[in-house]
Amino acid sequence: MSERVNAGLHGESAMQKQAKVLLGFWIYLMTDLVLFASLFATYAVLRSNTFGGPGGGQLFNLPLVLVETILLLTSSFTAGLLTIVLSRGNRRLVMVFLALTFVLGVGFLVIELTEFSHLIQDGNSWQRSGFLSAFFTLVGMHGLHIAVGLLWMLVVGYQVLYRGLTTAVTRRLRLISLFWHFLDIVWIFIFSIVYMIGVL
Amino acid sequence: MKKSTFSERTALGRYITGFIVSLAATLIVYFFVQNRIAGGHQVLSHTFLMISIALLAIIQFVVQAVFFLHIGKEPKPRVKMIAFFFMLLIVVILVGGSIWIMNNLDYTMMTPEQTKTYLQNNEGL
Repeated sequence: MSERVNAGLHGESAMQKQAKVLLGFWIYLMTDLVLFASLFATYAVLRSNTFGGPGGGQLFNLPLVLVETILLLTSSFTAGLLTIVLSRGNRRLVMVFLALTFVLGVGFLVIELTEFSHLIQDGNSWQRSGFLSAFFTLVGMHGLHIAVGLLWMLVVGYQVLYRGLTTAVTRRLRLISLFWHFLDIVWIFIFSIVYMIGVL
Repeated sequence: MKKSTFSERTALGRYITGFIVSLAATLIVYFFVQNRIAGGHQVLSHTFLMISIALLAIIQFVVQAVFFLHIGKEPKPRVKMIAFFFMLLIVVILVGGSIWIMNNLDYTMMTPEQTKTYLQNNEGL
């Protein structure tokens, strides 16, 4: 509150804009969660419809999934640290944490795509059964979000390097961090419902 | 100046707490599931294992929502929090409702033979 008063009239309108953008983005995230919820519902319904094919227990490689989960969780943590160094205005540290988040995210995506390609090579693609269709749609949709987030990080990383931490760039960095936390929260449920309960 | 470093420290503390709790929850679930598959000494019964997976997922969800997404930390008209809880309501209706309806559909769409086997296996008739 006191910061706002100190920032004066011009600063306050910039703050107001930031608050509006954050709220708009937040509402987008909430609707995105409803999208994921419908995919989770589809998965839950089709879970046992393996059409004589393999189920989760035969397909999933748990140690790999654990590594994937820890990578994403750590990247969500570094995305949080990013917002802390951001409010300090330390450009170098911002770049360091953005790069860390990016690299961890790439690691996650590489593991996921490796898993997908193994499944498809073994003839267990989305065409195999209702269970696999639902699996690829749900996990693939999450992976697609991760890929878009990574692309976004590249673009904003470029802006940090060449424009510095302007108001607009700072705002984008905050949005990315929010987006990334959100994707990690969705992954908790993919990890628990699809992988952990799936192999039991 | 001093005040800002203080809030920075609490912010850091919040992220570290969230990270450690999430990591612990993930590892605990993984350990129990791996133990179950390996078929070693079973610490938990199947039902209890399911409940603990769900419980730990919910704990992780709440912890990350509070410590990473800062739910409840915004100043007073808490529009984001309202949107968040409304979204949770929708998600529960959507997922719970789908599972409920589709299970009923499976139940009522069985052939006579399936009904017979089902009743014998699941309802002790």
